Amino acid sequence: MLEELGTNDQGDMIINVGPQHPSTHGVLHLVITLHGETVKKVEPHLGYIHRSIEKMSESLSYRQFSYVTSRMDYLSSHINNHACALAVEKGLQLEIPGRAQYIRVILDELTRIASHQLWWGALAMDLGAFTPFFYSFREREMINEVMEETCGARLTMNYIVPGGVMFDLHPDFQKKVKIFLAEFKSKIHEYNELVTGNIIFQNRTKGVGYISKENAISYGMTGPSGRGSGFKCDVRKLHPYELYDQLKFEEITEEGGDAFARYMVRIREMEQSMNIIEQLIDNIPEGDFQAKTKAVLKLPKGDFYSRVETARGELGVYIVSEGGTTPYRIKYRSPGFSNLSALNDLAVGGKLGDLMATMGTLDLVIPDIDR
Amino acid sequence: MFSLEKLVSIIQAWLQSTLRDPWAYVVVCVMVGVAAIALFAILGLMLVYMERKVAAHMQIRLGPNRVGPMGLFQTTADTLKLVMKEGLTPDGADKFLFNLAPFMVMIAAMLILAPIAFAKNFQIWDISIGVLYVAAVSSVAVIGILMAGWSSNNKYSLLGAMRSAAQIVSYELSAGLSILAIVILSGSLKISDIINSQADGWWIIKGHIPVIIAFIVFIIAVTAETNRAPFDLAEAESELTAGFHTEYSGMKFALFFLAEYINIFIGCAIGATIFLGGWMPFHIGNWEAFNHVMDFIPSSLWFIGKTVFLIFLIMWFRWTFPRLRVDQLLNLEWKYLLPISMVNLLVVTLMAIMGWHL
Amino acid sequence: MTNEELKLKIEELLPGFAFEEGTEWLTLNMEAEGFKPFALQLRNNESLKFDYLFCLTAVDWKTHFSVVYHLTSTDIRHTLVVKVKLDKNDPAVETVCDIWRTAEFHEREAYDLMGISFTGHPDLRRLFLEDDHVGFPLRKDYEDPINMIKL
Repeated sequence: MLEELGTNDQGDMIINVGPQHPSTHGVLHLVITLHGETVKKVEPHLGYIHRSIEKMSESLSYRQFSYVTSRMDYLSSHINNHACALAVEKGLQLEIPGRAQYIRVILDELTRIASHQLWWGALAMDLGAFTPFFYSFREREMINEVMEETCGARLTMNYIVPGGVMFDLHPDFQKKVKIFLAEFKSKIHEYNELVTGNIIFQNRTKGVGYISKENAISYGMTGPSGRGSGFKCDVRKLHPYELYDQLKFEEITEEGGDAFARYMVRIREMEQSMNIIEQLIDNIPEGDFQAKTKAVLKLPKGDFYSRVETARGELGVYIVSEGGTTPYRIKYRSPGFSNLSALNDLAVGGKLGDLMATMGTLDLVIPDIDR
Repeated sequence: MFSLEKLVSIIQAWLQSTLRDPWAYVVVCVMVGVAAIALFAILGLMLVYMERKVAAHMQIRLGPNRVGPMGLFQTTADTLKLVMKEGLTPDGADKFLFNLAPFMVMIAAMLILAPIAFAKNFQIWDISIGVLYVAAVSSVAVIGILMAGWSSNNKYSLLGAMRSAAQIVSYELSAGLSILAIVILSGSLKISDIINSQADGWWIIKGHIPVIIAFIVFIIAVTAETNRAPFDLAEAESELTAGFHTEYSGMKFALFFLAEYINIFIGCAIGATIFLGGWMPFHIGNWEAFNHVMDFIPSSLWFIGKTVFLIFLIMWFRWTFPRLRVDQLLNLEWKYLLPISMVNLLVVTLMAIMGWHL
Repeated sequence: MTNEELKLKIEELLPGFAFEEGTEWLTLNMEAEGFKPFALQLRNNESLKFDYLFCLTAVDWKTHFSVVYHLTSTDIRHTLVVKVKLDKNDPAVETVCDIWRTAEFHEREAYDLMGISFTGHPDLRRLFLEDDHVGFPLRKDYEDPINMIKL
């Protein structure tokens, strides 16, 4: 470790970015080899926030284990819970009431919008513009309020449980979501005016952090990061779960493969999410919000794998069951982990400032990587 | 009507009548020194307050509003906190240079205060090479920044300092060239001459498009020289945490912080002086009545108003734009601004020879 | 392509594997020996084209380990699960990170937490834990008297 703190024999500077650094958005530790300002190598050192969720889950029951996953990718905790619920339901072969499915999908999409909003502000901050951060939080607050009323929490929801959702919607839910949609339609235009069209922003992101489609697939880059390279990887389209096969929406892909393409995918994805919510919000059926389940869930022996599309990419929950009340082994295939593995390829050859733009457009959430 | 000029002449007359000659001179020097330092403190506090308020309103929030009326004493409280904090010196640092650096930056900022005309006949030193002096001394600050970066023994600091040096050295050129445009038009390097040459209209108005180009180049260069966004690469917090002052704390950090704002003030004051007429009221050619009304507004207010307007512009940039990358920053200067200002200088020269300006 | 078709195709190309019954995706069990050429075949064969390794994990079965590869083809859109059985005392399998680059990190994770050694991996170090950590936490026989609470 000691020689990593100095310089190497080629006169390159080896510099620690993180674990405490403003643009790693958490405790990510990158050891960067710099030649002047040019990045020659990026080596992530992980584990600063590893809580061993996989080991913990082995001693938690099937009702309990999804609660820890809210702490994985905390910006899409609904979707994490959803993935866990889907895996358990697959094992139990449980049918979910229509109302619960509608609620789940609407909340998933709201979460996606909220996550992308935060990403948008944080990316602009990585590139040196402070103001967008506050604008994005203004709209995110509206979603948070909706969540708070319905789920009782703003970040770690634990609202989606095996069999449906934990309790029924708040009476104001539909009204508030509609207000949000109407408001955000005009605000997304403001986002574009403030950042997307800015010449400095475009110069900072176009051609930066390029990855080809083949490499993106090979690295398993999913979500908006993979789709920015033209890799059609939207789980909602390829392996539809819940209502996604009945909904009309576009899978956004861009061919650029650079930071700007990944940026555009996310911006356009927010519009698609709004589109999905609009299709559902007026048609939520009446009925149960939860299927009848036993108090103690027991999964049959076997493997159960569920895939969902979180705001960052494909989340896989792999449950190995031995027939007991707790999982024998759980593996979370988190999108951030795979996306991070490509970082070295993306950043080498760019400047130090490009590294921040690249990391920003990968949208890394560190607890998701460290689990 | 309030006038700083009268105040100065009253004090001077009183001093000369009560004290013998060398002593009167010494007392004047001491008074000027105290006034300059006091101005520094007040300017720093007010500009930080202004920045926070401007930023807050651009970011749909309120800004400081708890300490004192409208939060006016917030910056004072912050400064008190910084004074009371421990001034850490890192173990591996070059202690002498490390402690000297903030003062270098500060002194460089203070020196440029000398030729600035705050109001009519209210100037510390109306040196005959005023503009040249400003351009020369303002480059000294980069030595302080390099010192800070090198002596901190921190790689972020070093990177920041190197960026800052490259940046300031480059942008000095276009700042100098755009000032030269006005020097050619007014025919003098002396600040008071430049201001007096604008009695019948500010240069930005009577200099036509070439002067407007020079003005824009100057504002960009000043933003870059003061290390402000979108050119704040030296302290780019998302890349270098805090750049050259990463290791500084307490009062030594406060000095860097203060110097940044003083430099903004000075840059904008110079800009206001040479392009917008300094303390010269807004005059239009032969409109005697209009010009007379304008003369009723104290000259100090004209100067402060113009400077604050330019400061606001620079703050506006900071809270709107993302940061440039280091190669783009240098490209902008060497490939665009420098050629433009060189051609512009030729055009201005032609204009001055032919007498096309009003 | 349905599971049955895929099963037939794989049996035709690479005979002699045991398939699991009643799984969502076609699941295939094999020994560590001969895994690498098989993986290369899966990747490069024109009619298989498994170019996307979306999950790589290891399971401790107390008597043996198994490494589970979830593969899919972005072109033909079929999915295959490969389970490689490894020895209890010396769990080792050849790396696939030159075939699917995402495996580089996933294998490091499996090495770090489960103690599977991937031969030929360019940089097989601990990923999350400190370099001098003793033991592999995700194994069933891992004991940590301080941090693990037994109920």
